[in-house]
Amino acid sequence: MAEIIRGNTGDWEMVIGLEVHAQAITESKLFSGAATTFGAAPNTQVSLVDAAMPGMLPVLNMKSVEQAVRTGLGLNSKINLYSVFERKNYFYPDLPQGYQISQYLHPIVGEGEIEIDLPNGEVKKIGITRLHLEQDAGKSIHDQHPTKSYVDLNRSGNTLMEIVSEPDLRDGIEVGAYLTKLRMILRYLGTCDGNMDEGSMRADVNISVRKVGDSKLGTRCEIKNVNSIKAAQAAIDYESRRQIEILEDGGSIDQETRLWDPAHNVTRSMRSKEDAHDYRYFPDPDLLPLVLEQGYVDDIKKTLPELPDEKKHRFMQNYGLGAYDASVLISSRSRADYFETVANDRDAKLAANWVINELLGILNKDGKTIEESPISSENLGKLVGLIEDNTISGRIAKDVFAEMYASGKDPEVIVEEQGLKQVTDTGAIEALVDKVIAENPDKVEQYKSGKDKLFGFFVGQVMKESQGKANPQMVNELLKNKLS
Amino acid sequence: MTDLTALSVSEALAGMKNKDFSAVELTKAHLDAMEKARHLNAYILETPEIALKQAAESDKRYAAGTALPLDGIPTGIKDLFCTEGVQTTAASKILEGFIPTYESTVTSKLFADGAVMLGKTNLDEFAMGSSNTTSYFGNVVNPWKANDSDADLVPGGSSGGSAAAVAANIAMLSTGTDTGGSIRQPAAFCGIAGIRPTYGRCSRWGVVAFASSLDQAGAFGRSVEDCAHMLKSMSGYDPKDSTSAKLDVPDFPALIEQGVKGLKVGIPKEYRLDETPAEINAIWEQGIEWLREAGAEIVDISLPHTKYALPAYYIVAPAEASSNLARYDGVRYGLRVDGKDLAETYCKSRAEGFGDEVKRRIMVGSYVLSAGYYDAYYIQAQKVRRLIQDDFKKAYEKVDFILTPATPSSAFAIGENEDDPIKMYLNDVFTVTVNMAGLPGMSVPAGLDKRGLPLGLQVIGRPFDEVTVLRACRFIERASAFSAKPQFVINKAA
Repeated sequence: MAEIIRGNTGDWEMVIGLEVHAQAITESKLFSGAATTFGAAPNTQVSLVDAAMPGMLPVLNMKSVEQAVRTGLGLNSKINLYSVFERKNYFYPDLPQGYQISQYLHPIVGEGEIEIDLPNGEVKKIGITRLHLEQDAGKSIHDQHPTKSYVDLNRSGNTLMEIVSEPDLRDGIEVGAYLTKLRMILRYLGTCDGNMDEGSMRADVNISVRKVGDSKLGTRCEIKNVNSIKAAQAAIDYESRRQIEILEDGGSIDQETRLWDPAHNVTRSMRSKEDAHDYRYFPDPDLLPLVLEQGYVDDIKKTLPELPDEKKHRFMQNYGLGAYDASVLISSRSRADYFETVANDRDAKLAANWVINELLGILNKDGKTIEESPISSENLGKLVGLIEDNTISGRIAKDVFAEMYASGKDPEVIVEEQGLKQVTDTGAIEALVDKVIAENPDKVEQYKSGKDKLFGFFVGQVMKESQGKANPQMVNELLKNKLS
Repeated sequence: MTDLTALSVSEALAGMKNKDFSAVELTKAHLDAMEKARHLNAYILETPEIALKQAAESDKRYAAGTALPLDGIPTGIKDLFCTEGVQTTAASKILEGFIPTYESTVTSKLFADGAVMLGKTNLDEFAMGSSNTTSYFGNVVNPWKANDSDADLVPGGSSGGSAAAVAANIAMLSTGTDTGGSIRQPAAFCGIAGIRPTYGRCSRWGVVAFASSLDQAGAFGRSVEDCAHMLKSMSGYDPKDSTSAKLDVPDFPALIEQGVKGLKVGIPKEYRLDETPAEINAIWEQGIEWLREAGAEIVDISLPHTKYALPAYYIVAPAEASSNLARYDGVRYGLRVDGKDLAETYCKSRAEGFGDEVKRRIMVGSYVLSAGYYDAYYIQAQKVRRLIQDDFKKAYEKVDFILTPATPSSAFAIGENEDDPIKMYLNDVFTVTVNMAGLPGMSVPAGLDKRGLPLGLQVIGRPFDEVTVLRACRFIERASAFSAKPQFVINKAA
């Protein structure tokens, strides 16, 4: 259930839609040949077109188109075979042309939907309104000089995919789940790296509130400068309460653009509807309408990878995993691939346990990603195999795992070198059992007189004698026989 | 010795090939003539060093027997074409001193074919005007004078400097651009030939944009053949311009002498305007008669939406201009006038950098694109544009080309028509339809009015059928035997 805010006058709910700007992965810009690498020295990746020199003309980068179509397909959305680039006119120093080339009335991608996974296991469908292609602006830098601003045009003209959701989200948790899922899909598709801290994925949050049960939408505000999932959630928490307070005090919400201030955890008014720009959109006469063939779209469709939801369902069906484990494993393609190598021809549930509980646990603790794991997927698979065929016990396996994590060694080598193979010889175990019984006559007495709990003591002693190598199941059986 | 500046392109090419004179001599003759013609103000910038260097290279090629199609031909470049290392201003204060680091595709092609650049020719500011009086660098004077007055006349616009230079023999060829008639009208006013090819025939890359969907580069020459030579070198597909056409370029000069026999000529009744002077209609009738006599079939046609073309043009062109000129903001290049904050810097830079006509069009353009007016103006104008295109499409089912007057008057005095922008805009009444439909059009001199000023006829062709346009114009040129010269040239010879 979505979050309900209890006010003085009743219960309120939030209505939220997101506009996500995702920078498409392309080697060159949307309309120029300049490079797009993040972090290059200022103004070193600027072509004559990006700097809007007189007489320069945009030429559409077909790689950008491909990435947009790919993303649209990944968002289960309609691909529009006819789309139009328009000019959005406004003045700003980081916008050299004095207009942004964007898509307006005819976006390249139309309606679709994605599923988000909520922490309580619930799955919710969120509508996608559209995806359109547009140029990124440059960057204004205000803190390098006491009176002047600097402009870095490296980003100017990069390909942005603006992905607009329906107002289907109801609280910060859903927004977090949506952004997480969207980022996952983009990364699976290889169309955006999803790095919010580098600005390659940015979100504007449209939010309004209404009384629970109302069907009419309230007046919304748009919040900009939301640079992380956490910031989005914090901004929503603040903004929803701000709006409710105003409404409960008998006021009304002004439709406006607000800025998230992460230093003070508040949103601030940026510009009201009255000050809103008149962008004077019109079709860019330098570019012909973009007309795609269905065959082009079909060809891209054939190259789509298995997407997160498909993968999740397959993991649940083929490997018998629960929804939670499956969603942990599919959260990135590399994690899912790692798991599949470990689970290959082995006990999948056991493999999932080792990947999730042991490996991800320690990687998390060390702040490492799965790509940085010192244990290769092949080696972890071997370890699972050693447990599965009773070469080592689960207890010993943990020690082997620790050694593998420290040294990156092959578990078979570790087991061999340290002589950790499980003892399964009945005679050898029986001798140990007999020894323990002989050394503890009083405990035997107590056990036989009804203190069942002491059974664990005997098992522990035998395992200790075997230095942990005795097969625990055989120890159990032999002890039961001898003590009865 | 013959006046080298009076030669045709073919004569000049032959002369250099035969070693009658060198490319450097030809260029020097032009540079000398330019010096004596400075009062015409045809050039914003003369580039003698570049010209002589290019001419010397041409001479080397002639000596080596590797001469190029336009090798050594002295050429004026409209100052709307960006030229690498050479100031490019669009005749605007806002670009004064701007030196591009790049060469426009059209000028690159011309230089690759051996053309010699004499300088950058004057124009109306940002190519907005029909009289060349809006240039920040001063108006251009037409080398022609009326026989009843000593008043200086306008050369037409916007490519006034280019047209005046060719007419005054201070360039053998020159480039122009034509957004609403900016080649054809000045060609007519200056008694020379000027062709605006089909939209997409020449690359717009590196040409300072006025109205992107209407702008097209073209050529001026003293003869149709000269224009054909130049057009061949300028044309061709350019991957850097998404609107350029992927088509082969015909060998224009070789295809102009086929005459008009058997061709069908459309005469659109909507071009007979009540206010058109009788002399203009008379020269049109004369042209029709020449064609008929030569065996062309005259067909009366209707282009019913013609009367909406001019108002629609004056919505579309300013709309695009208002956006195209947004980049001149004082931030990266050109004029900057500092204000107390960003907004004031924008305002001051643009207020001081742009002239009145440019400001007027930016305001009109911003207005027609603004919320609440967009549908009523811009969308409506686009619909008109489509109707005009359809008119032509239907006409070309019946005819091979269309003949009209080029302009509603001959050259007028400097200062005339300045009181009312609408009066000035009416100069384009016969030419804008071509731009709205993206067609090729050419103006060719056909006679003089009673004041001794040249009058032009316009030939409009099917898309990418410049060959028929040139062919028809070549015929008219022969039929009219137009040989009058401007007073400036006559006086010089005397």
